[in-house]
Amino acid sequence: MEFAELIKTPRADNVVLHRPFYLAVEGTLCLTGHHLIFSSRRQDNAEELWLLHSNIDSIEKRFVGSLGTIIIKCKDLRIIQLDIPGMEECLNIASSIEALSTLDSVTLMYPFFYRPMFEIVEDGWRSFLPDQEFELLSSVTDEWRLSCINKEFSVCPSYPPVVIVPKSIDDEALRKVAMFRHGSRFPVLSYYHKKNGMVMMRSSQPLTGTNGRRCKEDEKLINATLRPGKRGYIIDTRSLNVAQQARAKGGGFEQEAHYPQWRRIHKCIERFNILQESLIKLVEACNDQSHNMDRWLSKLEASNWLTHIKEILTAACLAAQCIDREGASVLVHGTEGTDSTLQVTSLAQIILDPRCRTICGFESLVVREWLQAGHPFQQRCAQSAYSNSKQKWEAPVFLLFLDCVWQILRQFPCSFEFNEQFLIMLFEHAYASQFGTFLGNNENERSKLKLPQKTMSLWSWVNRSEELSKFQNPLFEANSLVIWPSVAPQSLQLWEGVFLRWNRPSKFLDEAHEEMINIIKYNKELQAKVNALRRQLAEMETDDRMQENL
Amino acid sequence: VENVRLLDRLSSRKAALGTLYLTATHVIFVENVSETRKETWVLHSQISSIEKQATTATGCPLLIRCKNFQVIQLVIPQERDCHDIYISLIRLARPVKYEELYCFSFNPKSDKEEREQGWKLVDLNEEYNRMGIPNNYWHISDVNRDYGVCDSYPTEVYVPKTATAHIIVGSSKFRSRRRFPALSYYCKDNNASICRSSQPLSGFSARCLEDEQMLQAIRKANPGSDFIYVVDTRPKLNAMANRAAGKGYENEDNYSNIKFQFIGIENIHVMRNSLQKMLEVCELKSPSMSDFLWGLENSGWLKHIKAIMDAGIFIAKAVAEEGVSVLVHCSDGWDRTAQVCSVASLLLDPYYRTMKGFMVLIEKDWVSFGHKFNHRYGNLDGDPKEISPVIDQFIECVWQLMEQFPCAFEFNERFLIHIQHHIYSCQFGNFLCNSQKERRELKIQERTYSLWAHLWKNRADYLNPLYRSDHSQTQGTLHPQMAPCNFLYKFWSGMYNRFEKGLHPRQSVTDYLMAVKEETQQLEEELEVLGERLANLQKSQSNDNKVKSKQQDRSKQLGLSTSNNNLANTPQEYCNDLKSFPSRSPSQGDEEDSALILTQDNLKSSDPDLSANSDQESGVEDLSCRSPSGGGCLPSEDSGKDSDEAVFLAV
Repeated sequence: MEFAELIKTPRADNVVLHRPFYLAVEGTLCLTGHHLIFSSRRQDNAEELWLLHSNIDSIEKRFVGSLGTIIIKCKDLRIIQLDIPGMEECLNIASSIEALSTLDSVTLMYPFFYRPMFEIVEDGWRSFLPDQEFELLSSVTDEWRLSCINKEFSVCPSYPPVVIVPKSIDDEALRKVAMFRHGSRFPVLSYYHKKNGMVMMRSSQPLTGTNGRRCKEDEKLINATLRPGKRGYIIDTRSLNVAQQARAKGGGFEQEAHYPQWRRIHKCIERFNILQESLIKLVEACNDQSHNMDRWLSKLEASNWLTHIKEILTAACLAAQCIDREGASVLVHGTEGTDSTLQVTSLAQIILDPRCRTICGFESLVVREWLQAGHPFQQRCAQSAYSNSKQKWEAPVFLLFLDCVWQILRQFPCSFEFNEQFLIMLFEHAYASQFGTFLGNNENERSKLKLPQKTMSLWSWVNRSEELSKFQNPLFEANSLVIWPSVAPQSLQLWEGVFLRWNRPSKFLDEAHEEMINIIKYNKELQAKVNALRRQLAEMETDDRMQENL
Repeated sequence: VENVRLLDRLSSRKAALGTLYLTATHVIFVENVSETRKETWVLHSQISSIEKQATTATGCPLLIRCKNFQVIQLVIPQERDCHDIYISLIRLARPVKYEELYCFSFNPKSDKEEREQGWKLVDLNEEYNRMGIPNNYWHISDVNRDYGVCDSYPTEVYVPKTATAHIIVGSSKFRSRRRFPALSYYCKDNNASICRSSQPLSGFSARCLEDEQMLQAIRKANPGSDFIYVVDTRPKLNAMANRAAGKGYENEDNYSNIKFQFIGIENIHVMRNSLQKMLEVCELKSPSMSDFLWGLENSGWLKHIKAIMDAGIFIAKAVAEEGVSVLVHCSDGWDRTAQVCSVASLLLDPYYRTMKGFMVLIEKDWVSFGHKFNHRYGNLDGDPKEISPVIDQFIECVWQLMEQFPCAFEFNERFLIHIQHHIYSCQFGNFLCNSQKERRELKIQERTYSLWAHLWKNRADYLNPLYRSDHSQTQGTLHPQMAPCNFLYKFWSGMYNRFEKGLHPRQSVTDYLMAVKEETQQLEEELEVLGERLANLQKSQSNDNKVKSKQQDRSKQLGLSTSNNNLANTPQEYCNDLKSFPSRSPSQGDEEDSALILTQDNLKSSDPDLSANSDQESGVEDLSCRSPSGGGCLPSEDSGKDSDEAVFLAV
């Protein structure tokens, strides 16, 4: 297919661009296969706006006489308005944008056409391989092995080719366990807590059904993670009610009788359309320009967004607490084990493991616990808060995770190597990107699409020093401790950096950030100077002494 | 009383056993644990209510709520002791004479001269001079010398030059409690001013020539503008109701060239109830997000804060952008008027955003113009209906502005919290009584100390590290965003949940940056010393061991590690959730319930350091002996981090 067929009017002049907090600008609008480009040729203030079609969530058109107006709502929550003279041009442009922003085929997406303008230092597709992760693990314990059972994605289509499992469980047993778990997602290692050797595993729900099926291999597998005489916790991310209802559909939960060494705890984390609705309501509240404080608070409350944040964080803290404080191993699962399960396991690691609070460690966490673990990014992030499509599988699961990370970052502003901008960047790229990293729903699809060969990895771009410097937290001081966030409502806040990003002037906050960087930079410079002088003095003094001694 | 248990509000399991002492000024609780012997001090004047609850098997619970939002729960073993304490506290918390207040016994061991200097720190005449007054339009009037015209006004009042004593006295007779229009703020650049008064006694039709002349004089003192705004900060309905009592508001027809404007800020009773409701929300045990947000909205607190801000923004805009003078009043002109005038001044003039300027602002708009501190904050036993968090709201407005303009204020959040604390503490004489007249009669300045001197002495603690006097944000008028979606009016947990440390960010950016800046300063000094030594050494090539050892001492003091890791490493009560979970899903089997109990037991035994969370600093002790960099500066034992000392030694 040629994109040109979809572009009836590739260019329009005298278009006026409206954005909140900016003066309206007149300029030229161009449409290309993947971008909407607006450029103003004003002498004093020439500027260009490039917008990926894939970033466009919805488009509305209005007419006043022959002047058409297009309102474009983006997945990154920005809203812009374009006034286009000429009804025909306007209609053409609107329909082109609509078609180009809803392309069916993944292979037509921009990442397959994007040619990087920067030099690749390190190929991000090879930055976080499971083998490396296992190497780190095997330096502290030999109770685990790397299994290639899923090499051709034949056992579990949503798992990566290699997974880490208890050494005592062979591939044959794994195959049987896979039959017993929803979507074949058998329990695998998610995190090993070096401090006390406890582990966190994740899986999907067991297929016990109404007649209480059991699977000896499954029991053996998860018992293999327990120390003798020790108990473990199963954190089910569904309420008991939901879990019981799942039995009617062949799913279910671990029966006490068959898993006597495990205690099950139910936590209710919402899924799918409930989350999507919550996002839509929240963004609507944030875009409400009324000056009424009460309306704002009740809308914020009605969106339930912060309730979801609180639930997810609480479940993650609980998992971390079981591991660190109780000295118990933990298995986390919900239904499929691709959404709330991953929120809990990844957040628990941020709480427990200082490595996950570094830039590289966090990237590795996203790769391990989200991309390789088979979170269906393409389905979940197809649309954002402005979409009307209301597909069942759309849900801001990853955004909620990032929001939770931000909440912890806000409570521990000196314990993270990255800053808020880093999290916002990941949010943007999960929804629309020139990089292939977040395309596809799992490793299986990614390998079929040959993404590593045909597209560029986000990490190749981010991990260059020019980019990294934007994402570094000037306040960072390595903190080797477990960090326990507060989940009280008073401690949780709306993530303004994302939800009010386009509605508030950021100048004063940016200035504050800059000032912070300057203060710390100046301090570091002085330290270096003082150290240099000290060294020089020390050298001179020893010289002196030597002379005296002579 | 011995064997008293101090309960932690967030969790009933964490209780500290100790001894309770009652002194003439404080309630003191000392923990039994021998190494720490942690002390909790509460001033009697901070106590807002005491509640004796039903006796249980473990003893008699006593709940003490404080005006600085601390809530203390004690369990006293003997009912009789509890009752005695209850009775004593009720008496001690409600003194009837000023002489019983703490400030008359408080002695910070400074001499008389120092005390006098302290009181001179803030000088309002100096402040009006700074504004450029007296000048061609404004002068100081001695019409109220012996409080003869208005007993709640100061003796020195600034009025338009053209307003004769006759006009002032005439106008005062037409105003509630004779609070005639007087100058609050003057803008040098365009002659626009903010004046304040009480409501006119207009009833349905009354008018007063002198009052009309007074307003005209204010207008003429600003030659650049042909009208003035008269801002009534009350809701229109309230103002209209006042007409029936012979009071009311200005009739535009009777005054030449005024533009009349209502701004609906609610009265002190509404505000008192609103705060009460919000505090109930803060006190909820493990509330859900909805409980909290719904309760917050229902309290209306943030709506009121926004109303006050909006009024201040309106006035600041009139003065700075339109160059129009404004007369502000409410009913008596000492509550809402004080709030609105001071918010407007703060927005208009960067000086008030400095530490010294903020003291001056409170002294000018609140203390001197007769804000009734004694009645509003219940220092002496009085009518509970007079109590209202009027200045608390102003202080919160400042905090909201600090959130929006992080570089614009010289002081930090702690400064605001400590001012709030001392408005209620009665440890210093500044906020005693209801007017300047009463304070002079009590000879406050000779008998008590000034808070401003105390804060000024410790100003290093109160600096905002992001403030730079040459920063663009520090210049000129601030233009805050109005809509909630442009700028969020946030719940101020640092104030209202001040004593629940567990709820706050565990690492403070402010403290961190302050420590960095302090270190930077030391480095600067050291750099200079090292530079000199290097020069000397190069000159004489003689070594100076003495200086060297001194240098090493200093570098040892430089340990920089602000992240409060002790606190950071304390898990919250997620186990609360463990406990509450069976109630959420009652359909669970018995087996699971026992599992849960096991979990709790386990948590109890494996969580010895949970108690570290309950370190509630409180009272004066905390306020007066804070080191510049705070307790957080000590490198924590298990942080496993290199302090700078190590870095330095390695070099």
